[in-house]
Amino acid sequence: MRSLTLPVLALAAAAAATVSAQSTDGASSSAATQSGKLVKLCDNQTTVRVPNGTPQTRTEGQKISDALMAQWEAKHPGNDWVAEELQAHTVVAPDDNAKLIGATQPSTYGPVSAQDVKVWDNETYKFAVYGSTVFHSGEALGSEIAVSCDMCHPNAANTHPETYPKFQPQLGRVVLLRDMINWCIEHPVRGKVLEPDDPKMRALEAYILAQRKGVPLDYGRR
Amino acid sequence: MTTKQRPATTHSGQLGRIPHIKSVETRYLEEREALFRGLKGLDRRSFLKVATGAAGAAIAAGASYPFQSFLPVNVASADESRPHWTFAYISDSHLYDKQTNERFVRQLLRAVDDVNALDPQPDFVFYGGDLAQLGRKDQLDLGAQILKAVKAPVRMMVGEHDWFYDLGDRWKELFGPEHYSFDHKGVHCVVLMSVYERDFWTARALTPAERMHTVAGLDDKIQSRFEVGAPQREWLRKDLEKIPASTPLIVFSHSPLYKYYRPWNFWTDDAEEVQTILQRFEHVTVLHGHTHQVLTNRIGNIDFHGMLSTAWPWPYAPEGLPALTVQMSRPNPFDANDGLGDGTVTVHPDGLVDKLYALWNRNPMQVKASYLASGGKQDVPTAPLLASY
Repeated sequence: MRSLTLPVLALAAAAAATVSAQSTDGASSSAATQSGKLVKLCDNQTTVRVPNGTPQTRTEGQKISDALMAQWEAKHPGNDWVAEELQAHTVVAPDDNAKLIGATQPSTYGPVSAQDVKVWDNETYKFAVYGSTVFHSGEALGSEIAVSCDMCHPNAANTHPETYPKFQPQLGRVVLLRDMINWCIEHPVRGKVLEPDDPKMRALEAYILAQRKGVPLDYGRR
Repeated sequence: MTTKQRPATTHSGQLGRIPHIKSVETRYLEEREALFRGLKGLDRRSFLKVATGAAGAAIAAGASYPFQSFLPVNVASADESRPHWTFAYISDSHLYDKQTNERFVRQLLRAVDDVNALDPQPDFVFYGGDLAQLGRKDQLDLGAQILKAVKAPVRMMVGEHDWFYDLGDRWKELFGPEHYSFDHKGVHCVVLMSVYERDFWTARALTPAERMHTVAGLDDKIQSRFEVGAPQREWLRKDLEKIPASTPLIVFSHSPLYKYYRPWNFWTDDAEEVQTILQRFEHVTVLHGHTHQVLTNRIGNIDFHGMLSTAWPWPYAPEGLPALTVQMSRPNPFDANDGLGDGTVTVHPDGLVDKLYALWNRNPMQVKASYLASGGKQDVPTAPLLASY
């Protein structure tokens, strides 16, 4: 599993020591009865109080950071849905573009940086991982009979996206992967068909294709 | 039917018309129907009821069976070389409650019709586990109610979908102990509970429903691997202690009692330990559910056969397929019942079995004892038209 960046949460903290997590309503935290410095998270709501005289070391700073993040995460369950999904289901990672970093002949937008590659990688992977959540959820697919794609296609097995387009006699026309996805949604899954540009359809295609990374295209194959 | 010749299209560039012919499916179904009409003089209604069973019985009794067409079958020899005894199986029905999903209910009812139509009736009907989808009381109760319509005695085995909501409480109330043994016509039969999992739920503070949902996902990585477990292996050792090695043994397990594909739990973690206990016997057959496909293996003196599901078929795993397995054709998604079915097992006097996969809407597949005993050289089942990707 690769590392995924959390929403960036800058700390306003400067000093630190043993950190006491604080109830997050701003009114009580401003009470003068409490000593120490009030440190706020960038959401302007989450706070911890740091006792006066806390040593200004990196270790103590990390404690403040951890205490703030623990509170934030408790208030935002499911914020790290990508990591959660990857714990449950394998999603094949996209191609590694690190070889392009700092290459010669820069493009119009300048040379490729490590950050560029990280963004491409994160965004692409996240899209396929979102597809995995839809693929594994009868609810997300709108199934009336609690059926999801993975029931017949664990790890998207036997979806063979590389064989499309091909003529499908039962549908009387040449079909693309999305036509078969929609057929399955309508019939075995008994949900409502998705528009071709529906984010769920696009993500399903991304997930299914991602699982066949490296398999040669072979359109028309039965 | 009178067909008028259509005027030929003459516009240049227009695609030629497809001649008016019957589709492959139509011809196939007509041939199949003609066969069974010829067999028993059945009306259509009876035909639909017994088609699968009759095909199975004819094959099991050694009728010559041309797989590509139904027309020239000769079943006059069907009564010769009568097998010692047979039992039927139904497996992996994955029932929700009736309101949520009536399709799985209808499919189990179809299997019940199949086994009830078998003539002669099997000695018993074995249920291979995963009666429920999420182990709920209403799902298990519904399954129990439907299986009451089976005419032959029913023997039950538990699957992980029956177990991980209440850790077997309701299933045991309905059907009794999760592992047991019995003797039938000189064969010792053992039913195992092979889908225990090491506790992955306590540390994650999962609710029973969340635990069940995790196990229900075949490709869910959070769950543990299946195992028979040390206490039950000890029970098995004791159970077999007094049985002579010459007694034929049939073992039932929900998961395959070998290591096929770990990511999907087509797997039993302590399979080798269980196999060691069974090695002493001359003839051992293991029948398992869970894999929803035609699956054949042989390890030492142990033959392994899978069972078909009535709910949905699984694809073959991308690796680890036993060399002796002849795959069933890739199921057709346009046929809701394709790749599904039930079947029968013929037990010969020597304890070896012929395994019949009665695939719905398809020709049945038979995996004979002679195929396994000859290392895959004799009586090879017909190869699939469309293999797995």
